[in-house]
Amino acid sequence: MPSTTINPTRMELTRLKGRLKTAQRGHKLLKDKRDELMKQFMDVVRENRALRRRVEEGLMRAHASFTVASALMSPEILEQSLLCPKQSVELEMTFQNVMSVDVPRYQFQTKSQDPGEVYPYGFAQTSGELDDAVDALSRVFQDMLKLAEIEKTSQLLAQEIEKTRRRVNALEYVKIPQMEESIRYISMKLDENERSNTIRLMKVKELVLKEAIEDRRAENARAARAFGPARETFQEE
Amino acid sequence: MYRIGVIGDRDSVLGFQALGLEVCPAETAEEARQALHRMAKENFAILYLTEQLAAQLQPEIAQYQDALTPAIILIPGKEGSLGIGMANIKTAVERAVGADIL
Repeated sequence: MPSTTINPTRMELTRLKGRLKTAQRGHKLLKDKRDELMKQFMDVVRENRALRRRVEEGLMRAHASFTVASALMSPEILEQSLLCPKQSVELEMTFQNVMSVDVPRYQFQTKSQDPGEVYPYGFAQTSGELDDAVDALSRVFQDMLKLAEIEKTSQLLAQEIEKTRRRVNALEYVKIPQMEESIRYISMKLDENERSNTIRLMKVKELVLKEAIEDRRAENARAARAFGPARETFQEE
Repeated sequence: MYRIGVIGDRDSVLGFQALGLEVCPAETAEEARQALHRMAKENFAILYLTEQLAAQLQPEIAQYQDALTPAIILIPGKEGSLGIGMANIKTAVERAVGADIL
């Protein structure tokens, strides 16, 4: 359907043709973008799944040791021992551009490099299970940071893919057909105008001719009347 | 300089304190919601949230999903994994591809 109001003029036609060309080029580019994003996304998602599985297992182990520790120790002492951490983490965030999507990259630095330093308590009053728990946590922590990065990336990519996919579809199934329809409508209308113009000219020509012929006939008749008798006699003879 | 936060019930998150993360114990969904919004406003780049609480905070999490920070990452609490984290990956795939192809 030609959308509500389009002027069937040559200028409009040229404009629409230009727009159609742009839309087609945009459609192709967006499609390429979508395909590339999808490729990246699939890699990220696979990694995401593997990493999540690993993190969840690691955390479950840590929780198990922690539960045992909290059973062996009184809650007050447990809390007290963990209250003042020796370790602290400094996180820096930079951005990486993946197909025009900004995804975060985390760099972190722990205050002390010595892995033995993670225990913020003396060993006298705490159970060994707590050491295990803290140890397991600090080991899974690397993966947890990586997981944060990957998971955020996959979320952002998914959002961008969805957006791009919508745009591609809108162009492919709505915008471009609409414009093609309009162009067809205008060119038909223009052709139609052309034809009606020709017909009008032909009609006018016919009228003018008819008038000329009638004029000529009238003149002939007048002339015949003026010379009428002579011709009659002529004919009689 | 960004910070890393952990939200969850006390027993699940206490251990993270030893690693130097900022721990915010929350026993109820309401506490967690407040903590989440407060931490999102400050410059926390990563928030770890236990799945047990996340199950009750879906709209809040969705709100931050498309923002660059914070990245809200679900971790299993001490009761174990509810599979929400894995389900979220699946949702992301469905959102992007239109079907679950994994």
